[in-house]
Amino acid sequence: FPGLTDVSISEDIPVEGEITVPVGSHSPDEDFSTLDEPVRDTIMRDLKAVGKKFVHVMYPKKSSALLRDWDLWGPLVLCVSLALMLQGGSADSRDDGGPQFAEVFVIIWFGAVVITLNSKLLGGTISFFQSLCVLGYCVLPLTVAMLVCRLVLLAGSGTISFIIRLVVVIAMFGWSTLASTAFLADSQPPNRKALVVYPIFLFYFVISWMILTFTPQ
Amino acid sequence: QGGGSAVIDMENMDDTSGSSFEDMGEMHQRMKEEEEEEVEGDTGAAEDEDGEFLGMKGLRGQLGRQVADQMWQVGKRQASRAFSLYANIDILRPYFDVEPIQVRARLLESMIPVKMINFPQKIAGELYGPLMLVFTLVAILLHGMKTSDTIIREGTLMGTAIGTCFGYWLGVSSFIYFLAYLCNAQITMVQMLSLLGYGLFGHCITLFVTYNIHFHSLFYIFWLSVGGLSTLRMVAVLVSRTVGHTQRLILCGTLAALHMLFLLYLHFAYHKVVEGILDTLEGPNMPPFQRVARDIPVVSSAVLNTTAKAIALTL
Repeated sequence: FPGLTDVSISEDIPVEGEITVPVGSHSPDEDFSTLDEPVRDTIMRDLKAVGKKFVHVMYPKKSSALLRDWDLWGPLVLCVSLALMLQGGSADSRDDGGPQFAEVFVIIWFGAVVITLNSKLLGGTISFFQSLCVLGYCVLPLTVAMLVCRLVLLAGSGTISFIIRLVVVIAMFGWSTLASTAFLADSQPPNRKALVVYPIFLFYFVISWMILTFTPQ
Repeated sequence: QGGGSAVIDMENMDDTSGSSFEDMGEMHQRMKEEEEEEVEGDTGAAEDEDGEFLGMKGLRGQLGRQVADQMWQVGKRQASRAFSLYANIDILRPYFDVEPIQVRARLLESMIPVKMINFPQKIAGELYGPLMLVFTLVAILLHGMKTSDTIIREGTLMGTAIGTCFGYWLGVSSFIYFLAYLCNAQITMVQMLSLLGYGLFGHCITLFVTYNIHFHSLFYIFWLSVGGLSTLRMVAVLVSRTVGHTQRLILCGTLAALHMLFLLYLHFAYHKVVEGILDTLEGPNMPPFQRVARDIPVVSSAVLNTTAKAIALTL
């Protein structure tokens, strides 16, 4: 092996230094500082992170902020508010008027888990909680659609209101699907994007169906 | 990360924000550093005072911390091992290895019965297509509910739709697999799941069309043609893999009966509410779940009525 005859290191590369790395560079007080800070700071920091992610969903650019620092606060808030708004609240206990809170909750989280497992099985490079985070945050347009539907239903429930609600829900459904596709499809091998997009389409379709068929008692 | 195993990964949780494991690990590290500093401080102070007493206290504190440290390590190792054992979805990975073109080809093939039944037909053991078809069937059933009365117990019907579709797919597959085992047919469980799953494509088409166009005769035409085609395909594949006339008859008769009856059940169970509304609009004296024979011959209307009553009784 001729290449191994000269294995000496050149003179100008230093091979000496400290073996022990000084551990006490940051004192314990600094590390515990998040415990000592006022609660308002903690909450505001988390709220700002959630708010930033909301903005990313409404204007889906190819940024990795949603993926890098995943958190599940936003999806939880969205899921709970959507489930609360979908409550029928009818006086007659026999006719429920809408899906129960637990049904909506379970459907959203179970659907997100299934889609995540599917995308991982198809060879995706995204981690489990990152995918849950993205799918949960992309429910935001549909929550907005639910708000609009409730307001429109306050005005009346005729054909015109149905058409308005249909248009709004379809638009928000398209927005949700496009937003989540923009974030998730990049992590898939290029020829299998359609296989991953289809279950996302079904998932948001079911949620849109629940929103569109909501009739308050 | 793509080449590694697809475990629901705890390693990733360690280096992202918002996970408690990272904090535990950091606190654990900090505890260790603190304890080292304290031990030095203790041994320094012990020289001045009653060294034995303080030394013992320092020693006990150090021992306590070491025990806690060990418990934490063991616990974390056990949890990681359990996680990687049960959450390892890599065993399912080969069944999802498909391309969109293959899925489309298999969907179209599921409607074409094969003619060559003397040679065992190849069944692709793939689970992506069947799973997506079951979910699509659930979505179509829910869409069918939208066109009928949505006020009546929408929530539980959603759970029922999911339960029905998955129950049919998994239950009938297992039952036919058991029968195939009895009748010496050459088919594995995954292949059976795949075959029955793709057979639901005909159901999806039929229900999608007939939930939007409410003609009874149209449903019967679709039931026979589309449902019949997909059943014929499944039956032909099974026949090609079974030897012996009695066995073929048992297996294929059961599968055909179950498949066709399921489509009938789906149509009537989720469609009867529409019938009820139309009937009540036409004649206010009719109870909602009794049928009116309009342009259907007498025999099938009698069958219809008894079926509807039987279903109404069971539901």
